Amino acid sequence: MTKKKTNSNQMGFWERNRRSEGYLLKKVLKDISWKIARVVLLFGMCFLILQPILMKISVSIMEEQDLYNAMVISIPEHFTTDNYHRAAEFMDYAKSLLNTAVVSLSIAILQITVCTLVGYGFARFEFPLKKFWFACVIMVIIIPPQTISTSLHLHFRYFDIFGLSKLITGETINLRGSVLPYYLMSAGCMGLKNGLYIYMIRQFFRNIPKELEEAAYVDGCGTLRTFVSIMLPDAKPILTSCFLFSFVWQWTDGFYSKMFLGNIKLLATQLAVIADRMDAWMVNVMKVPGGASVGYTNCIVSTGTLMVIVPLLILYLFAQKGFVESLSSSGIKM
Amino acid sequence: MKKQKNLAGLQRRKAISGYLFILPFIIGFLAFMVKPLFQSLYMSFCDVQVSPEGITNVFIGIDNFLRAFTVDTEFNRLLLEEISRMCINALAIMVFSFFVALILNQKFKGRALVRAIFFLPVILSSGVILGVEYDNALLASVQSMVEETTNTASVSDAIQEILMTTGIGVSAFEIVFDIVDGIYDVAIASGIQIIIFLSGLQTISTNMYEAAAIEGCTAWESLWKITFPMISSLFLVNWIYTIVDFCMRTDNEVIDKISTQMITHINYGFASAMSWIYFLIVIAIIGVSSFIISKGVYYYD
Repeated sequence: MTKKKTNSNQMGFWERNRRSEGYLLKKVLKDISWKIARVVLLFGMCFLILQPILMKISVSIMEEQDLYNAMVISIPEHFTTDNYHRAAEFMDYAKSLLNTAVVSLSIAILQITVCTLVGYGFARFEFPLKKFWFACVIMVIIIPPQTISTSLHLHFRYFDIFGLSKLITGETINLRGSVLPYYLMSAGCMGLKNGLYIYMIRQFFRNIPKELEEAAYVDGCGTLRTFVSIMLPDAKPILTSCFLFSFVWQWTDGFYSKMFLGNIKLLATQLAVIADRMDAWMVNVMKVPGGASVGYTNCIVSTGTLMVIVPLLILYLFAQKGFVESLSSSGIKM
Repeated sequence: MKKQKNLAGLQRRKAISGYLFILPFIIGFLAFMVKPLFQSLYMSFCDVQVSPEGITNVFIGIDNFLRAFTVDTEFNRLLLEEISRMCINALAIMVFSFFVALILNQKFKGRALVRAIFFLPVILSSGVILGVEYDNALLASVQSMVEETTNTASVSDAIQEILMTTGIGVSAFEIVFDIVDGIYDVAIASGIQIIIFLSGLQTISTNMYEAAAIEGCTAWESLWKITFPMISSLFLVNWIYTIVDFCMRTDNEVIDKISTQMITHINYGFASAMSWIYFLIVIAIIGVSSFIISKGVYYYD
């Protein structure tokens, strides 16, 4: 019965194919071959992206002897969790994790709050010199912060507001190594990639129809009330994704952390020095004169990297929609 | 008459609230961007001496710039290397992300998973992690070990050798193979660009494709005649974003040199001069290339 059915179906196909003068067969073959090619391509590229992470996982559970064993490639012969303990010790993991979480969260909240205000101001109000100020936002996006890093360094080393503190105490305040400068910069929209957030939030607010705003005004909402109770709820998706990006990029940022937050133990800065710590530990504690071997150092660095990104991975698993979907649906246009 | 005055009052009020909204930006921009920018420009012409009491700037003209170009042994080389790496990589990233966005825009099983994987690098390969990953010697040593033990050359090596022996356009091939070997770098640097292209692709209405298909347009033709012009403005956005992103990367050797000069050698004047040179070159590249790209941008409305 079934055989007959498929047979008739096939007949139908060939019949249709004959009538279309071979076009149908060509089309089906083309579709199938493209599908296969696509699967191969995508699989290859996904593997390319995931491979370093998988490699790190497998290396992080290997004992040192496995690293040099040519027979062991990805599945360890001697399973161990020592690497994790050691990396946690070198990075002071619990403390740095807490610090990083607190700093990233507070910075992200601050930055997105300020950027939302500014983005809204650029999108919904007409005022003199608006074009000029917006050009300044674009400039902030384009100017690499490294250009001004030298003078920012000194700016906060000898910090003073209009010479007030010098007048009172006779000397300037040294803000280097404290968190304050970075919070100040974030409050002024000059943190990591803040120009980009302003730009994205402005683009979103611009697309909200003017009627909505006018209706709110007619109903007696003030400027602030319109912003808080009409505009903000609408902007939730874009604000979520900006917040997530801000959080994640702050988490892994090395530049600002190294410059301003050097005294606090952050995962990003700790990870950068983990290899040196390891070397020192090998020489001083384990009494190995040559320090750590290249392979083992790399193993610990991989473990450390893994430990830094695991919280982000978990976040990404749960908030993946927030990262991607809102961005791709709201769109970024010139 | 009275009505007009009211309107002017409302406009004025709106202008004031607008300024209040962007006030944080204005303050931040003046305090943490304009002032340091001019200061670092001034410092680049000075010999900066740091002492516990404060900083003293001694004006020395363009000595710092001369030193960067003529005396310093590695600055020219690093600058040239980084700039050429930036241009080649940015081009490769544009092509790669456009291509990937095209594929990810199609419907197939497991699309959500594949998308999630492609955006993963946005999170995992930012900041310090990239720098750490970059010199993952272990991976390289393991790979070379595998190659030795199994005694096979990689496919790309074999093809490279065959093409090289023909001796035509060797330098062009070298660039292509550099990109192919560095495909991992390209893939992990193009997460945001893929999102931007995808968002553009989703705004193109399907009516256009249908109309084109009915008129007898092949998929290949509609790619060039519809898709390409419709998202051409995003090429500009992506191009600028890619270049700026490249400047921020931690494995950028010029930036590395500048920050060592600043933090380790406490040589602020020289560091400022170098960062200004780098900045001006990057701005020039962005300006010229965006001018060229914007000529080809097509705006639908």
